[in-house]
Amino acid sequence: MKSAVIVFPASNCDRDAKVALKQMTGKTPAMVWHQDSELPDVDLVVLPGGFSYGDYLRCGAMASQSAVMRSVKAHADKGGMVLGVCNGFQVLTESHMLPGALMRNAALKFVCKPVGLEVQETQSGFTRKYENGQRVTFPVAHGEGSYFADEDTLDRLEGENRVAFRYAKGENPNGSARNIAGILSEKRNVLGLMPHPERVVDDVLGGTDGRALFQSLIEALS
Amino acid sequence: MKARVFITLKNGVLDPQGKAIGHALNGLGFASVGEVRQGKVIDLELSGSDAGKAREELKAMCEKLLANTVIEKYEIEIK
Repeated sequence: MKSAVIVFPASNCDRDAKVALKQMTGKTPAMVWHQDSELPDVDLVVLPGGFSYGDYLRCGAMASQSAVMRSVKAHADKGGMVLGVCNGFQVLTESHMLPGALMRNAALKFVCKPVGLEVQETQSGFTRKYENGQRVTFPVAHGEGSYFADEDTLDRLEGENRVAFRYAKGENPNGSARNIAGILSEKRNVLGLMPHPERVVDDVLGGTDGRALFQSLIEALS
Repeated sequence: MKARVFITLKNGVLDPQGKAIGHALNGLGFASVGEVRQGKVIDLELSGSDAGKAREELKAMCEKLLANTVIEKYEIEIK
């Protein structure tokens, strides 16, 4: 599986993503600068966490307009896989590659802690190695992660089984609508989520619940 | 030509910052303050003198970048 990690100014989880991908796939991902208009030939593109463009205007708004995002959209349109974590999820909604928006946490505080999640959907290239309803723990680290969409969109996401991850009961850290932590695109080849699976792929980091996400991708893309 | 764009959250979208501002004002003794909603103001300088054309262009700017129309609405004022 060949992968690329997009690097925006003020991305700060790009190296975490690189280390996780290297460890899980055995191949070093290409690191692609936001001004590059072309992507290398890869199966998976990762939009990492961070504070791209200093969160100016809105989180992810500036990054969604960068040269590389046109290529990322084209990659997704052709059926290529795209994973957006944290700021990457915000970039995906701002780019209209995923519906809804991520808003300021309901308690107005930056939240940085492990949270319990439920895997809600295993019919995807990102989640097939999990069990339906499986409880996992990923860390979150964000100030603007409250998922919002209108009721029709939320109903559609649920009706089409596109809610991949939900915060477990009592664990919603940010006031997200219907406890949504991560969603899939219509074609199920784009996943955006606020929690960080790339930070839990090694016992040294305090957990390995994120490994199955990468194992799913490896299996789906082999 | 100068223009001002007001960006505010749509009705029904939760505004935790507005709520916190309201609570703080109540705490300062401004008991008359009810609901508070906060937003952004963006001032722009534009070349050209055709206000109609400028308005169209500003609308496109709002739709493409300045506002996220999933959660925000905008108003354009040309001076």
